[in-house]
Amino acid sequence: MSFDWSIFTVHEFRYSRWLVEGLWITLKISAISMVFAMVLGTIFGIGRLSRSRIIRWISAPYIEFFRNTPLVIQLFFWYFGADFLFHFLMYLAGHLGFISPAISHYVVGKIDGIRLYYNRGESEFISGIVGLSVYTSAFIAEIVRAGIQSIPTGQLEAARSTGLSTTQALRYIILPQAFRIIVPPLITQFLNLTKNSSQAMAIGVMELTYMARQVEAYTFRGFEAFTAATIIYLILSLIISFTLNWYDKHTSIENMAKKKEREYSKLQEALG
Amino acid sequence: MQWHWDVIPRNFKYFMLGQYPDGPMGGLLLTMVMSVLVILMCFVLGIVFGLMRYSKNKYWRFPAIGYIEFIRGTPVLMVIFWCYFMLPKLIPVLQGRTRFEWTSALVALVAFYGAQMAEVVRAGLESIGRGQTEAALSSGLTYVQVIRYIIMPQGLKNMIPAIVGTFISVIKDTSLVYIIGVAEFTRTVFQVNNRVLNAPMELFLFAAVVYFVPCYMLSKLSIRLEKRLAAGVKVEI
Repeated sequence: MSFDWSIFTVHEFRYSRWLVEGLWITLKISAISMVFAMVLGTIFGIGRLSRSRIIRWISAPYIEFFRNTPLVIQLFFWYFGADFLFHFLMYLAGHLGFISPAISHYVVGKIDGIRLYYNRGESEFISGIVGLSVYTSAFIAEIVRAGIQSIPTGQLEAARSTGLSTTQALRYIILPQAFRIIVPPLITQFLNLTKNSSQAMAIGVMELTYMARQVEAYTFRGFEAFTAATIIYLILSLIISFTLNWYDKHTSIENMAKKKEREYSKLQEALG
Repeated sequence: MQWHWDVIPRNFKYFMLGQYPDGPMGGLLLTMVMSVLVILMCFVLGIVFGLMRYSKNKYWRFPAIGYIEFIRGTPVLMVIFWCYFMLPKLIPVLQGRTRFEWTSALVALVAFYGAQMAEVVRAGLESIGRGQTEAALSSGLTYVQVIRYIIMPQGLKNMIPAIVGTFISVIKDTSLVYIIGVAEFTRTVFQVNNRVLNAPMELFLFAAVVYFVPCYMLSKLSIRLEKRLAAGVKVEI
């Protein structure tokens, strides 16, 4: 066994810089995907509990399908197959009479133009974001559903009977409480997302794992390159979990209550 | 707009068996064999490390915590690459050989899911409550006997749904080892996609459905088991 750690200093830190660039892409793709995954997950999580049968029949298969298929396959699908899907949908819409065939032809033409534009080097990043957010959103939807179900139905009924609409009741009564409960599992999901973003290397997103492999390809020092990348991942997940746990504790109900109490007593003193 | 669904029946045998009768096993068969092997081996590893993690002795507990936290903070892809580049350095027998992908994939998945399973085992053991351990110890059983006859049988029952859940993740994550060149199902699909080039959507939809069917059935099974086991506990109380 012989190790050569000098690869991280040679060529004016060239390979170290690659890893840092990769880390930046990892952070970017994880953060953007998390936002989309939260939005999609909340929509489908609520949709799964909807009273409308059609919405439930759309949400449940969405969740089950994207939870139970491997992420790599999904990424490949979005990367290689998605524009076929889009073409097919436009074609179908044109031929079933939803839109005129001329319009569908025009839109497909425009989309081809856009695709050519993105294929200059951004398309894998976008497919990566789509794949990661859809995959994670299926898990978040289940968490949101569990969170909402943990709030007793009596609260919704009470809110409705005080005159709030269902949307208002969800917005002001149910979701704030549900989100407080689901913060720890959401942290886990965010960590999983950060780790899963390494799979985006399969479609060529130049994130940390991809860069580690690049370093390996240039230097033949696979062990060293991947050790460095692993350490970066470990530090990243530690930082994320510590920050979010701290935030969770900081905004817990007891803490908020204490803060309010302190403010209240200060106010009392000021008023004499 | 043209569909090319015929690419699937044309390559069906390759998807299912790889080059099996003429060459090494591959395709869906390899995926299934690997998933079963991984789940069996990581269960053993999980029990060992779960018991170490559960133990009160810090010389047992700290190595287990280190292993579990290290693995859980690392992407599975990283573990796979790690084993791929480290195994030939650690085991000189593999050094001259070119085909150790299968071994490193298996070792990587077992190491990764061993840590997940250790957490499952620990949660299962802790669900029993320390009171029973203390009661059993004071009735004169040794620690090993307590684990063997009192805690494990009850804990295993509580673990079953989580183990099924882990099995789903294992099946999904075996798709990742295609990246180091193991010819399992994902790789066969990827190869065919690279060859025909005109049917990516059909091929990857097919692949998604093939993975979806067993995973969905297992997830339904785990929900049913959970309900049934919970009902069993209620009757006992």
